[in-house]
Amino acid sequence: MAHATDTSTGTTRRDFLMLATGAAGAVGIGAVVVPLISQLAPDAQTVAAGAPIDLDLSPVAEGQAIKLFWRGKLIFVRHRTKKEVDEALAVDIATLRDPQTDQQRTKAGHERFLIVYGNCTHLGCVPLGNAPGEPKGDYDGWFCPCHGSHYDSSGRIRKGPAPLNLPVPPYAFTADTKIKIG
Amino acid sequence: MSRTSFRLALTGLAAGLSLALFQPAAQAAEGAPKPPALSWSFAGPFGTFDRAQLQRGFKVYKEVCAACHGASLVRFRNLSQPGGPEFSAGQVAALAATYQIKDGPNDQGEMFERPGRPADAFPSPFPNEQAARAAQGGAYPPDFSVLAKARTYTRGFPTFIFDIFTQYQEQGPDYIHALLTGYKEPPAGVTLLPGQNYNEFMPGHLIAMPNPLSDGQVEYPKGADGKSPVPETADQYARDVAAFMVWMAEPHLEARKRLGMQVMLFLVIFAGLLYYTKKKVWSRMPDGSPAH
Amino acid sequence: MSGHSSYVPKTGIERWLDARLPIVRLAHDSAVSYPVPRNLNYLWTFGGILVFMLVAQIVTGIILVMHYTPHATMAFNSVEHIMRDVNYGWLLRYLHSNGASMFFVAVYVHIFRGLYYGSYKAPREVLWILGVVIFLLMMATAFMGYVLPWGQMSFWGATVITNLFSALPVIGETIVTFLWGGYSVDNPTLNRFFSLHYLLPFMIFGVVVLHVWALHHVGQNNPTGVEVKNVEKDTVPFTPYATVKDIFGMVVFMIVFAWFVFYQPNYMGHADNYIVANPAATPAHIVPEWYFLPFYAILRAIPDKLGGVLAMGSAIVVLAFLPWIDTSKVKSMSYRPIARQLFWAFLAVCIGLGYLGAMPAEGGYVIASQIFTVLYFGFFVALFVVGLFERPKALPTSIADAVLAASAKNGSAARMAAATAAEPNVKG
Repeated sequence: MAHATDTSTGTTRRDFLMLATGAAGAVGIGAVVVPLISQLAPDAQTVAAGAPIDLDLSPVAEGQAIKLFWRGKLIFVRHRTKKEVDEALAVDIATLRDPQTDQQRTKAGHERFLIVYGNCTHLGCVPLGNAPGEPKGDYDGWFCPCHGSHYDSSGRIRKGPAPLNLPVPPYAFTADTKIKIG
Repeated sequence: MSRTSFRLALTGLAAGLSLALFQPAAQAAEGAPKPPALSWSFAGPFGTFDRAQLQRGFKVYKEVCAACHGASLVRFRNLSQPGGPEFSAGQVAALAATYQIKDGPNDQGEMFERPGRPADAFPSPFPNEQAARAAQGGAYPPDFSVLAKARTYTRGFPTFIFDIFTQYQEQGPDYIHALLTGYKEPPAGVTLLPGQNYNEFMPGHLIAMPNPLSDGQVEYPKGADGKSPVPETADQYARDVAAFMVWMAEPHLEARKRLGMQVMLFLVIFAGLLYYTKKKVWSRMPDGSPAH
Repeated sequence: MSGHSSYVPKTGIERWLDARLPIVRLAHDSAVSYPVPRNLNYLWTFGGILVFMLVAQIVTGIILVMHYTPHATMAFNSVEHIMRDVNYGWLLRYLHSNGASMFFVAVYVHIFRGLYYGSYKAPREVLWILGVVIFLLMMATAFMGYVLPWGQMSFWGATVITNLFSALPVIGETIVTFLWGGYSVDNPTLNRFFSLHYLLPFMIFGVVVLHVWALHHVGQNNPTGVEVKNVEKDTVPFTPYATVKDIFGMVVFMIVFAWFVFYQPNYMGHADNYIVANPAATPAHIVPEWYFLPFYAILRAIPDKLGGVLAMGSAIVVLAFLPWIDTSKVKSMSYRPIARQLFWAFLAVCIGLGYLGAMPAEGGYVIASQIFTVLYFGFFVALFVVGLFERPKALPTSIADAVLAASAKNGSAARMAAATAAEPNVKG
């Protein structure tokens, strides 16, 4: 391509041809990338397996907490004691890093049940505090051993590096002690 | 050695080749006849499934075949995905719920049964191959998931070369249809043992499966005139269930052929542009002189 | 061809990098200014096509591994999971499985091109031997890849091919047990084949680098077989001349590739491989993938176990000795009237063997396979003998002369060469 073409029309035609060919090549390469990237997304079975699940809360005794998975994510279901509920309600939310009332995090009439995702909002470790004898942190909730985040009895971040409260998954009560998650 | 001797050698080669090539014809005669090639809606570069046919095929599968044949890789949700029978999501959820699916273990460590969900696979009629064989007098009803791709017949020379250009690849459904309609009285001299049946298209002709389809056996959805738009015959059932099996084996067939057309068009245009670009580049040598 | 470098760094950054790692210089010298004989025909685009296929196989392969499970009880279903559930999984899987076949289509064209134009002769012996090594690695990779879906053909192919080693005296049985990692083809076999199937393509890549290095050191052969004498007159720079031509060849090849992937994805496979592996039942007809068929026919032609294995091995290894088997001084068979006929006969024999490899090992097929096996090896003997007395046609004095002579004949039946380069006044 080191030489010039003879006429101006020749140059235009050649430039257009080069441009069109180059553009088509770019389109082709772009199209090839689509399947290579989209295969990384969750596959159809993973998506379908994320259907809502039913859970019976009646076996969970007061003061007890259980763990379960929905869409591969860990969920804590905690049957709180009267003391823990009262503590959660007594907090002045203006002092919180991620201000939320306990009412916003539970369902009316079912305040004794707290249902939250079970991964620390800092970097994803599982906080301690479900099993008897485990440290519950300074606020009767959970304590994350990885980097020392303390959550209160409403799952709200109170101390440590985590930025946010433990999120509440989508769920609804279908009966007095039955919920549907998802 | 002269040129003639090489010509001779070449002729000998050709003779040897043709000797080998024409042998299969003699061989095919003693085996099963070739299944008739039917016209399928999903054949060819623009092929698509006939939704109504797939829905009928599913009904045949569910009411007849599923008693013995599983389809363990197919999930209820597949029935509503694009490019398949395209039942509604609600229909699929309702259908799945009519099945009991084994799940567990629960917190007591026990397996339990629950209503099916769209994400579940079709439940297999037998827990394992041994159970199937025990129940079927030693024969194993094969799983249907990819069976339409696992069944074929010899195309022979030169047909297999033409198939590249005609895109004929429906050996599976042709064979399945032929087999399902190929039950015959055994010819004189062939005695069937208990549990054996004679089928024209089965390799070796002896098949454990008794003739599964008969006219009027499955009731098809009625049209506006109160009659089924297609005949309720064994032949039609066989066509419909074979089409359904092709979809089970190749659920993305429509997407594949559609994308294929786009890719082909692009490549042809791109190749054309490149051809002229190449011509242009090669019309001059680096020093500017004409190429020739 | 590795003369002085014509790379001139333009910017400060380029000069800075060039003084520390002359990587841009390397790319420029081997893909831009590298001189290419100006009379190459389209058969020479297959080298580029093969690089493309290797990269395509590695890319699709790495992606498939993200979704595949190498376990005897799960492999088959995980492939079907890819086909059914993974986004575009069907496309990636069909690209990879058909890609293997297309890779071999391209490599066979490449090999026969080298054979016809004498590309194995001095100074290209090492280049050619590296090619044979790549071919062997490709065969091993393709074989192990075919095992991974764990269908009936996978399983029985693995059983038959690994059992070839049991033909070796004394140590054979031990080798086979070590290949299997057990007493039959089973999960350990699948796992190690998976591991090696992932490894070998990178070894191929490494040998390809050597192959290209050797090529760029000695320069490309060309249809006349006459070496480059005057770089100015006989060659053109790789870019844009060879680049645009190679890309055009590649895209045409992709059209064929796409035809199979989108319209005939199972044409080159076997129906039996859609049946999950069953160690208790062998399919009635077990045959390898089409690209192994000629060698499989040679294996079966010999009625002795060890003899068959040795014959099959020799059929490949003999290629490496071709530079010394061929006694002719003339490279291109275009100028060798007798060798040229031998070449076409050899091609016919290979196709014939391929056909016979697909047929059952009985009756006339066995006899035909034996005749063709003798003819296969006979080609090499004949090539040796013919080179001693054959009188070649007059060679052009240079590549440039050959091009001029071809364009002088332009307008006659020999438009082939002219079609690749239009006359400047063609637009009229």
